[in-house]
Amino acid sequence: MQPSGFNFQQNHFQLFGLPQSFAIDSTQLDLHYRALQAQVHPDKSAHLSEAEQRLAMQHSTQVNEAYQTLRNPLKRARYLLSLQGVDTQEETNTAMPVDFLMEQMEWREAVAEAGDVSVLDELEARLHRETHALENELAGKIDNEKNYADAAGLVRKLRFMEKLAEEIHSAYDEIDT
Amino acid sequence: MALLQISEPGLSTAPHQHRLAVGIDLGTTNSLVATVRNGISVVLNDDNGRAMLPSVVRYAAEGDVIVGEAAQAAQSEDPVNTIVSVKRFMGRGLKDLGEISRLPYRFVDSSSTGSGQGFGMLQLRTAAGAKSPVEVSAEILRVLRERAEASLGGELVGAVITVPAYFDDAQRQATKDAAKLAGLNVLRLLNEPTAAAIAYGLDNAAEGVYAVYDLGGGTFDISILRLSRGVFEVLAANGDSALGGDDFDQRIHCWLLEKNNLSALSPQDTRLLLTHARTAKEQLTEHAETRITAVLSSGELIDNVLTREEFQAMSQNLVQRTLQLLRRALRDAKLGVADVKGVVMVGGATRMPQVQHAVGEFFGQMPLTNLDPDKVVALGAAIQANLLAGNRSGDDWLLLDVIPLSLGIETMGGLTEKIIPRNSTIPTARAQEFTTFKDGQTAMSIHVVQGERELISDCRSLAKFELRGIPAMVAGAARIRVTFQVDADGLLNVAAREMGSGVEAHIAVKPSYGLSDAEITRMLQESAQHAQDDMLARALREQQTEAKQLLEAVQHALAQDGALLSEAERTCIEDRMGSLNALLQQTDHQAIKRGIEALNVATTEFAQRRMDTSVKSALAGHNISELGN
Repeated sequence: MQPSGFNFQQNHFQLFGLPQSFAIDSTQLDLHYRALQAQVHPDKSAHLSEAEQRLAMQHSTQVNEAYQTLRNPLKRARYLLSLQGVDTQEETNTAMPVDFLMEQMEWREAVAEAGDVSVLDELEARLHRETHALENELAGKIDNEKNYADAAGLVRKLRFMEKLAEEIHSAYDEIDT
Repeated sequence: MALLQISEPGLSTAPHQHRLAVGIDLGTTNSLVATVRNGISVVLNDDNGRAMLPSVVRYAAEGDVIVGEAAQAAQSEDPVNTIVSVKRFMGRGLKDLGEISRLPYRFVDSSSTGSGQGFGMLQLRTAAGAKSPVEVSAEILRVLRERAEASLGGELVGAVITVPAYFDDAQRQATKDAAKLAGLNVLRLLNEPTAAAIAYGLDNAAEGVYAVYDLGGGTFDISILRLSRGVFEVLAANGDSALGGDDFDQRIHCWLLEKNNLSALSPQDTRLLLTHARTAKEQLTEHAETRITAVLSSGELIDNVLTREEFQAMSQNLVQRTLQLLRRALRDAKLGVADVKGVVMVGGATRMPQVQHAVGEFFGQMPLTNLDPDKVVALGAAIQANLLAGNRSGDDWLLLDVIPLSLGIETMGGLTEKIIPRNSTIPTARAQEFTTFKDGQTAMSIHVVQGERELISDCRSLAKFELRGIPAMVAGAARIRVTFQVDADGLLNVAAREMGSGVEAHIAVKPSYGLSDAEITRMLQESAQHAQDDMLARALREQQTEAKQLLEAVQHALAQDGALLSEAERTCIEDRMGSLNALLQQTDHQAIKRGIEALNVATTEFAQRRMDTSVKSALAGHNISELGN
């Protein structure tokens, strides 16, 4: 079962027929994702040969991977930069601005000390706003200025924000237990 | 009225032939089989008109295998050979079961028997010999297959078998093995709440976010789904594969023991009281109180009255636990209570008034119970089986399900590297690169785990395998790419490949044990409680590993190129190596980090000189144009 228009060599944007930019039409992304899965999902070939089932699994896996990458702003930015040959150096480049690091430490303390859900709710809302602002800035750097070095710096900041979101998530569970 | 299709003589009916497919709900307490007939999903009854087959198997002394009602009737009289709730043992080892003393079975540690089926899984010694849970489950499935074939008048093309959404890899694999053993072609393993959502969603043309609360005999699942234009997308799943109606029975059982000052009952008496406990639980759904009377084998009379209030109080923390998991699932889905349009109740245990009340209060709306909670899973599975068998075209729907528990592998220092996070849509694959730790290392072992914690010892071990024949290189030069593939059944396959040489190792993860009941609970609770401890432990181990690697590298360099250093330089480096070694005996990760930095600074110049020397020797004998190629 080789559905028409499915090509392993395409990049994630081409796969969903979307322009290669940070700004993304999430409604279109969702629609195209579902349309593609409706063609390639293993459930469509469960009654066919093993080879066809295996192919379906590979295609469906790739569509899931592409969707998860484009849907998440941090992953999308990282992917866009990799298409431009830019390494975001998230593991190696630890030279963050001092004020940003100070802020991160304050965040973490606030999360660790949060005693109830309402405090976490506030922290989460604030994190959401600041993450959103960073993402807007990132869109400008990638789509308009094509300043990929600055964009890589913003990706590194967003990675910190993502870790913070994970910490807030476990803090909720902890309060619940 | 449906029209009969009559083909012309001599013409094959093949292209339009309806392919016989069924959905099977293999439950802890009861099992059912359903199929789509004339476009409608129906549960298939036995000769006596009963839909539910008690999931009870008795191995009688005469060699007969009895399944269902008759086996259930004999459970108090022959508890050792009558296996009840076998689903709780699927994919489990003996050490996974918390208190086996309360269960009236003779367990076998199967690592000593080494038989093919269910090796490593616990076994039960019966009149017919040692039986694995896979074999016991296969007996139940065989009865359902025969019922379906007799009823449909032909051989089945395949079956969809349902499993709790929170079943791990070992439990899923065991279920699939049982179906194969029963002579069934497994079209798909389908998560029980998702099956219920299909039955409900297609029936009601539902759109929006729905929660499926599934409290069965031995398992609890909560799934959050988005239904939109024929797409069923699971956003998050959570649960406890060791929490179900049985646990409510156990609470009543314990209460009876306490009330009557009983201890150390015989298997017969234990089974007798558990049976009475279950009846009492069911009575309390309709009545405000119930009377429990039984005569023990000693002749002692049990006669107690249990009120609904007392029962609710003793089982309150079980209900609270389900709500806790419900909140986690919603947070994972990034949704609030207000986003949920409807709550579908599944499983016989959701009939308990305290459960209905607690769930209704949590969501601020009445849960939906218009489909029989005992049958809805089988009905949904049959609808999906009909689709997978290829009987439909055009108005298809699409199911996008997730993996419930994170998968990862062990890295240096006993840490988990998460490869596939929980709630990833399946099928999915992730590849991760790892490198060798020592110079000349030619083998690498890969340890696959499932769970949410950071330390390997806190996660469930799924499998270990070895990649051999890695070409000898300096530490860090080999690139081992490990690929995890989770298929649409939620089953894992792992492959590893050395990128330079192409050496490859494949493994279908057929683990010895599944995640234990208690372990899943513990893992999730501790995941939250010890997030902080984990981070500290992780930081320490990372620094320790890094320090050891650095010390080894410097030692190696000194042995090789020590001549490049002055006496004073060498002393300085050796001093700092000594202090880093001392710091390694302690547990202050920040001190170790400072020690690493100090040694790094001391060796920077040395490294530069070594680099220059090796570049010179590499260039010797080559001309520029050669190097350009």
